[in-house]
Amino acid sequence: MNAKQTVRITSLSAMLLGIAIILHFAGLHDARQITLIAATIIAGTPIAIKAWKAIRMKAFSIELLVTIAVIGALFIGEYVESAAVTFLFLFGALLEIRTMEKTRSSLKALVDLAPLEASVLRDGKLTTIAVDDVEIGDRVIVRSGEQVPVDGPIVSGNASLNEAAITGESVPASKSLDDQVFSGTLVDNGYIEIIAERVGDDTAFARIIELVEEAQEAKSKTQKFLERFANIYTPSIVILSIIVYIFTRNIEMTLTFLVIACPGALVISAPVSIVAGIGNGARHGVLIKGGDVMEQLAKIDTVVFDKTGTLTKGRPEVTDIHSFGIDKEDLLRLTAEAELMSEHHLGQTIVREAKKRLIHLKHQAQDAQVMKGNGLLAEVDGQQLAAGNRKLMISQGIAISPTIEEYASKREKAGNTAVFISIGGEIAGIISIADQIRPEAAAALAKLRRNGIKQMIMLTGDNVHTARLVGEQLGLDSVYAELLPEDKVAAVQKLKAAGHRVAMAGDGINDAPAIATADIGLAMGKGGTDISMETADIVLMADRLDQFAHAYALSKATVNNMKQNTFFAVGTVVLLLIGVLLGKVFLASGMLIHEASVLLVILNAIRLIRYTSDKVSNRNVSEVKVNESAAPQ
Amino acid sequence: MKKAVFLMEPFSCPSCVKKIEGALSRAKGVQQVKVLFHSSKVRVEFDESVVEANELQELIVKLGYPVLNQKVS
Repeated sequence: MNAKQTVRITSLSAMLLGIAIILHFAGLHDARQITLIAATIIAGTPIAIKAWKAIRMKAFSIELLVTIAVIGALFIGEYVESAAVTFLFLFGALLEIRTMEKTRSSLKALVDLAPLEASVLRDGKLTTIAVDDVEIGDRVIVRSGEQVPVDGPIVSGNASLNEAAITGESVPASKSLDDQVFSGTLVDNGYIEIIAERVGDDTAFARIIELVEEAQEAKSKTQKFLERFANIYTPSIVILSIIVYIFTRNIEMTLTFLVIACPGALVISAPVSIVAGIGNGARHGVLIKGGDVMEQLAKIDTVVFDKTGTLTKGRPEVTDIHSFGIDKEDLLRLTAEAELMSEHHLGQTIVREAKKRLIHLKHQAQDAQVMKGNGLLAEVDGQQLAAGNRKLMISQGIAISPTIEEYASKREKAGNTAVFISIGGEIAGIISIADQIRPEAAAALAKLRRNGIKQMIMLTGDNVHTARLVGEQLGLDSVYAELLPEDKVAAVQKLKAAGHRVAMAGDGINDAPAIATADIGLAMGKGGTDISMETADIVLMADRLDQFAHAYALSKATVNNMKQNTFFAVGTVVLLLIGVLLGKVFLASGMLIHEASVLLVILNAIRLIRYTSDKVSNRNVSEVKVNESAAPQ
Repeated sequence: MKKAVFLMEPFSCPSCVKKIEGALSRAKGVQQVKVLFHSSKVRVEFDESVVEANELQELIVKLGYPVLNQKVS
């Protein structure tokens, strides 16, 4: 029986019930009874068929209980009850499916982003083929408004891409030659040609979907407990109903017991919350791997961060250009031209900055000479240029005036590396380079603290000076520097031994052992290319710490939601049992209450889908405003 | 060894999962069955020399669960 048939049968049975009511008021008793029996049979048959199919598979189903109860009701001549129960059961199941779909809508929204077609350039001809037919090495063309069908590097063109499907970040990112693009992302504007590197089920997007699907199935402890409970609960209700019959000889009460035995709300109370929670996370760029992780995360009180790549961007950038008697852009251009061939990461950073500012590097450096560990010398545009540290300047006999020295050491104290540049034997400027703290880090850490994190610690392999500076800027509780990967593991173990519940956030490569040791391991999974996707408990798809803060708040909300649901479901069962024993609840009303409780549990979980962790602070703001306007009186 | 993914109509009760998993895992040539309740999918790993994906699909349909789509890889 498919969904369409169920709808048809349910509405037919509803119509017959309506006719029966009219006949009742018209005083046509016999016609009423016949209509009711017809309604019972029409709605009861599919239930009975399902029950039979389950019996053949040696499964004990809810449908079986309902079928027995309905046959019993017909037997004792309670036609109103039998018709109402079969209708309510079908109608309830329909509503359940519809609302349950809602709790899964976040994931469905993601799946719907999956690309279907690809424009491929083969043998000089452009053809449109199904995504599944694209092969590795194909040259794929994507235009404005189209979806990227595969993972791979851009070989021609440039575009701004909406990568929400992968990162949860909807602000378009601009990409050009050699940048990696991912299946499922959308070309907002532009034209690109890419070479297919990963296709079909191997793309980052397909793997994310698969991981989220598996996460939603992974059962939490609460969930497992509830299922075990339901397994005992259902058969024991059957035995209880037999006992009830033996003692009371009351068939009505016995049948009612059978109907309310279905532990629907109880069984779904935990999973619906978790599914909605994980779906919410996935839409916000956080992959939470299962209900267990969700429950664990909510209990975390200590967070350990790696520095490079986690709290900082992990990629040095030019933070300031200070020039003496020369235009800043000219200084940057000349230095970049000299550094163009340099393999040193600071040199490459300067070149990258120049390119970012769209400065055209037109001159070729002459007689470039690398002074290992200190910098380089070169002739650019007819001028003798030196770029490097103090030692280089001194060895070249270039004087550093007190004002310049003062500026340089000020920059260094702020966590920068100062690159001195001299032109023609005179200091022409200083370019500061630093691995900057992520712009969202401070706010994200504050939010974590607000939501209940008691301790935040940084472990880093970097030097004490830089580490302390980052620690101070972010207000961390403690900072441990110059650590080896095994030291990090030891530190996490020590925290765990002291009774803390520890989450470790790292970039997933050298931090992998510590991530595995912590109660909850978080990895930065930019683009989902790392093995970290598989090993960590939580993956931040866009490498953004505010996503972690959201996940933490979300986990607490999810666990709360689950508790509410469980409490409500258990409460309903207790009330129903009492009602039955007192003779207040009968077949139809028992089924009605039961179905209503299932729906309420699902509706409560749906609230989680729209959950945004910022709401709390917004509300605070509005409360403050209210106070202000009230104050002047 | 092949892997088939069947897309189902949305499941309404967790007991369906046990039914399908039980019946499929008893079938010949089936190595592993996983019913994804929330994403309405059935994943089966099977030996293609013993059983065909269509036979597995038939088995699921016989249990009373319509299959919307089949993907074998």
